[in-house]
Amino acid sequence: MNLLNSLISGLSLGSVYAIIALGYTMVYGISKMLNFAHGDVIMVGGYMSFIMTMYVGMNGWLALLIAMAVCTLLGITIERLAYRPLRGTGSLAVLITAIGVSYFLQNTALLIWGANPRVFPSLLKGSEPIRLAGGKLIISQESILTIVAIVVIMVALTLFVNKTKAGKAMRAVSEDNGAAQLMGINVNQSISLTFAIGSGLAAVAGVLMCSAYPVLMPTTGAMPGIKAFTAAVFGGIGSIPGAMIGGLILGIIEIFAKSYISTELSDAIVFACLILVLLVRPTGLLGKKVSEKV
Amino acid sequence: MKTKFTKFAAAAMAVVMAFALAACGGGSNGGGSSEGGDNVLKLGGVGPITGPAALYGQAVEKGAKLAVEEINAANPDGVQLSFDMQDDEHDAEKAINAYNKLVDDGMQVLVGTVTSTPCTAVATEADANRTFALTPSASAPDVTEGHDNVFQLCFSDPNQGVASAQYVLGNFADAKVGVIYNNSDNYSSGIFSKFKAEYKNAIEETTFTSDSATDFTAQLSTLKNAGVDLVFLPIYYTEASIILDQAKKMDYAPKFFGCDGMDGILDLEGFDTSLAEGLMLLTPYTPYSEDAKSKAFTEAYQAAYNETPIQFAADAYDCVYAIYEAFGKTGLETSASMEEICEALIGVFTGDFTVSGVTAESMKWNANGEVEKTPKVCEIQDGKYVEK
Repeated sequence: MNLLNSLISGLSLGSVYAIIALGYTMVYGISKMLNFAHGDVIMVGGYMSFIMTMYVGMNGWLALLIAMAVCTLLGITIERLAYRPLRGTGSLAVLITAIGVSYFLQNTALLIWGANPRVFPSLLKGSEPIRLAGGKLIISQESILTIVAIVVIMVALTLFVNKTKAGKAMRAVSEDNGAAQLMGINVNQSISLTFAIGSGLAAVAGVLMCSAYPVLMPTTGAMPGIKAFTAAVFGGIGSIPGAMIGGLILGIIEIFAKSYISTELSDAIVFACLILVLLVRPTGLLGKKVSEKV
Repeated sequence: MKTKFTKFAAAAMAVVMAFALAACGGGSNGGGSSEGGDNVLKLGGVGPITGPAALYGQAVEKGAKLAVEEINAANPDGVQLSFDMQDDEHDAEKAINAYNKLVDDGMQVLVGTVTSTPCTAVATEADANRTFALTPSASAPDVTEGHDNVFQLCFSDPNQGVASAQYVLGNFADAKVGVIYNNSDNYSSGIFSKFKAEYKNAIEETTFTSDSATDFTAQLSTLKNAGVDLVFLPIYYTEASIILDQAKKMDYAPKFFGCDGMDGILDLEGFDTSLAEGLMLLTPYTPYSEDAKSKAFTEAYQAAYNETPIQFAADAYDCVYAIYEAFGKTGLETSASMEEICEALIGVFTGDFTVSGVTAESMKWNANGEVEKTPKVCEIQDGKYVEK
């Protein structure tokens, strides 16, 4: 029973990592940049949803939609103002800019909302956990929601990328930027679309994460952002199913390490697993092998 | 990866700032001590006004300012106080820069710094420069150790750990005790090590780090499976609120017992206070106290800032009054230099000086700079602190 309880906690935590990791991996796939501000977009999504439910008095689900809209706009704006002018200037400049944007968002949030932590109203506020096997196996409804959400998002994204014209354009750009442009694909638009989707998902991740782990602060997104980035690398950065698998595995390892080995060493164990995977498969679990032509 | 870059960036910034400050220092040091003329004692504060610990720095700034305004209004012809708060973002490097700036601006007494790690760094500087420092809230023992000029108004971490253990031994003698503490944090692990030493019996230990402070289900299941019925939480209320929420979701309802870091949990916006029902904590100040001094402070603070004070604000408020009263006993003029005031105040504080404030009656200090006052144990009932 404990094993099952841990597994469910792990899946729930892993699903949150996975949704965040999707944002990292999509942006990396298409523009070969690490958008470190992604974790902070999650935080903005959390605050938007918090404001809409607590101050405007909206239904949680409606608030989620508004948070998604705001984050989508924010993602497009960040890309347009901070990253696009630097495209083609080398990866280090963009990386530093991304870190800058991350701090900018954190500190702006601190200015607007202050440092006081807030307790996020869960999407499923007041829901009773489900008790199975005579109360030995307890599953919170938030866990189920998060796990269902990642599956739905995964399926929808895969369909979108493979079946729609915009999705195909995105894949073409990620395959070969220059060639895609020559084929008449609007590269800028494709990248903007990727940021829009990634940031919209960040809002979903923010709301789900805060529903399960209910404290909201300006730095809320930072650490899960780093963990999710690890998950994306774990699964193979650039690969959409990889992000999901990486996230889930990372969450499960983390919870199992805490439950059965040591709460002190759990992060060390997570990162040791990452190193092991990268030693065996340098591009991550589902990463594409890039063969250089000689 | 990010930490690596941020550290690099921070290091680069620190170098740049050190140069900038060195340049400033050379120019303005001449006008060092005080402007003279008007009878003003210049207090300085250092603490996190921005960054993750901003809540504490902001509370200290507000509490200290309130005390300064009251003192100035009560006695317009006597010694007047000024208070300048500088931001350190809970970073040791920035705290030293902030402290140097205050010294350049003629600060005479330091109220601070607010958090322990920066305070340990500033204590060394202040010792070398001979600045008297009374910290409202930096509770680590390193803060005062080896520095005769640094005093604490809050309980030191070891004292909190010892007091908690004694209370648990005395009141929950049969309980099976477990703990969840943050082993990447000085405050939390400091309290716990003293608790453990004092408690002596077996404790079911679980830990987390600041980087993994989102999911506590693993720790809670460990405690639950071990049959723990009293969980000691020497941690801050932000994490504690998640722990209470997750414990409830897994039908686990032990007695939770926290220290002063737990204070503020009821004022968390959006927090379901019913989760904290029965939570016990060791705290020097509660906004619900019926004590006349506490009540007057809480009301004045609410009127001035339209928010309920946390204990950091109360500590800072007491700090300013303690310094003001001790300064009166030194017999010095406000035109005295920082060094003179420092030596005189050390004499007063280590003598038989006592002061009553919001956080305790008749506080005394020992030569180590630690405060001696009685801790209060409160239990949360119906969303309020009830003194035990």
